[in-house]
Amino acid sequence: MGTEKIKAAYDNLQTEDVLKKAKELGLDNDILVHMYRTMIKIRLFEEKADQLYALGKVHGTMHLSAGQEAVAVGAGFVTRDDDYLLNHHRGHGHFIASGADINKMMAEFLGKETGYCHGRGGSMHIADITANNLGANGIVGGGIELAAGVGLAVQMRKTDQLVLVLFGDGAANEGIFHESLNMSAIWELPVIYLCENNHYGMSAEVARVSSKVPFKDRALAHGIPGYFIDGNDVLAVYEFMKNAAEYTRTDKGPVFIEVETYRYFGHSKSDRNLYRSREEIETWKKRDPILRFEKLLIDAKLIDNVKVKEIYQEMGILIEKAVTFAENSPEPEIKDVMEWVYA
Amino acid sequence: MPEITYRGAIHDAMVEEMRRDERVFLIGEDIGVYGGAFGVSQGMLAEFGPGRIRETPISEQAIVGAAAGAAMVGMRPIAELMFMDFVLLAMEPLVNQAAKARYMFGGKAKVPMVIRMPSGSGTGAAAQHSQSLESILMHIPGIKVVAPSTPYDAKGLLISSIRDPNPVCFVEHKLLYKIKGEVPAEEYSIPLGVADIKHEGRDITVVTSGIMVQKSIAVARKLEAEGISIEVIDPRTLRPLDTDAIARSVKKTGRLLVVHEAVKTGGWAGEVMASVSESPAFDYLDSPMRRLTGKDIPIPYNRNLEAAAVPQEEDIEREIRAILNNQY
Repeated sequence: MGTEKIKAAYDNLQTEDVLKKAKELGLDNDILVHMYRTMIKIRLFEEKADQLYALGKVHGTMHLSAGQEAVAVGAGFVTRDDDYLLNHHRGHGHFIASGADINKMMAEFLGKETGYCHGRGGSMHIADITANNLGANGIVGGGIELAAGVGLAVQMRKTDQLVLVLFGDGAANEGIFHESLNMSAIWELPVIYLCENNHYGMSAEVARVSSKVPFKDRALAHGIPGYFIDGNDVLAVYEFMKNAAEYTRTDKGPVFIEVETYRYFGHSKSDRNLYRSREEIETWKKRDPILRFEKLLIDAKLIDNVKVKEIYQEMGILIEKAVTFAENSPEPEIKDVMEWVYA
Repeated sequence: MPEITYRGAIHDAMVEEMRRDERVFLIGEDIGVYGGAFGVSQGMLAEFGPGRIRETPISEQAIVGAAAGAAMVGMRPIAELMFMDFVLLAMEPLVNQAAKARYMFGGKAKVPMVIRMPSGSGTGAAAQHSQSLESILMHIPGIKVVAPSTPYDAKGLLISSIRDPNPVCFVEHKLLYKIKGEVPAEEYSIPLGVADIKHEGRDITVVTSGIMVQKSIAVARKLEAEGISIEVIDPRTLRPLDTDAIARSVKKTGRLLVVHEAVKTGGWAGEVMASVSESPAFDYLDSPMRRLTGKDIPIPYNRNLEAAAVPQEEDIEREIRAILNNQY
């Protein structure tokens, strides 16, 4: 693995070379189409969430990941079911990519008893502990705090699981970032730090609030292999994640991957986009991860425009079913409000 | 029964639990060769090795965060903080992660971890190494707070804390480490949330914890000669608080004094008194409930000032006499 940022690595290759490389990575045609399908599932989930909010059906806040689907899918298709996932607050995509039930996700989003957390957590705390999905976290850097400990547990049990911890550029400026990286490095813990640099921590532009970028340099300073890659290129994310997973699973220690990406929606529901321009958003939409992957798959004749429509329709139906499930689900009962404070 | 120190009791509880359950491990600063800042983990590195005696960098947030993470996936970590004051560096993983994981994830997570922390003044360590912060911890739903006052309680309560499926803050007053007491050689444990009557009496109830239990017992023994009968109640677990035991004692004595080293404002004495106010025991009171606490100041360095900052035996005696004579 190189340590330099790769820009649109796969876009610059000839189509046949892309497919050849994908095969080398273990991605056959069916998996490639499935990755594309999953990216669309995430996009439609996020767009639906935004609509539900606009309709006044959502009690709390939400942090949508539209635009960042390549990160979720590139990473989620590498990790195994028994790996541990520590998610950030903009985490819908990662849950979907790791195989979560979107009915239960949507129900949690609407605060229903059938949700993953029985309506106690909401969008910011979706977790599926039994599936080793240790939760989205409302505290920036919260997952980083827990990651070394989960890695320590894996190391002490001598399994080949890994810990994938996701966080944004904002979390890289929390003190725990350095404490955790240092701890993982000295103990060679099986943790992959995946930093989703989407250019803004709420409204704070990375360059304005960060002394040293890219953040992977901070990992290098801790003696951890660090990479900065194009996060809107799903195959690039997959490749680096796959190499990182192999490295980490064989007891070599933590890896740090920083991916450059962009969110289309605002930070949360209160965001009026005062800190960035419409032009900037439009520029990034030209690098849209789904459209780029779609073009590649069409060029490679793995799908055509008819298939594209079909997939959108199929995913749209799944999302609608999830909404129906969530809306028809019962509210949690008031009598249970004191449940689960203690085990 | 053999007599061992409070420090030895805590050491033995950890060693026995680590022998019994391989999921249990110790994580903290200078716990290896050094044996811990207060010598509690001496010899443990030799028996268990650096894998389970996991010595850390000076990173309290990462220590407690790592303990919480490991606990969430089925381990049973014991985190040692060098001083209770340093829990303030780790409030994020303790309060926002460990304490809330179970509730906010809909009852599916468990965080079975213990954080041991030496508390209190009396060693000339001044403002940042002498605090009694248990009231802050008690304020957080999802956390249990345990504060033993004797070697027997320390061992039995620590064993229960390690086996408990929740985050437990285990508060060890540093002046207690050297005291000796009888501890059974055979295995035992003490349930969390159950108070203990440390000295039976009829005239007044003194609810107190940690080192103040030792001081209150000394006062109770002294005043016995004058026919003053003091009941010393040690909640042992501050959260959950055994309010039933406190109410029972107040019904019997009709008077209540709460003694703690922690500062007055927002201190847990207020919680104890409120619980009595809200219970039928209130009707049995013959005089106003009183509290004797640390002064509302940081702990000063000078020996005399430090002693003046927290209740001493003569203060407890004076306060008890005042209540019994209706002079307050």
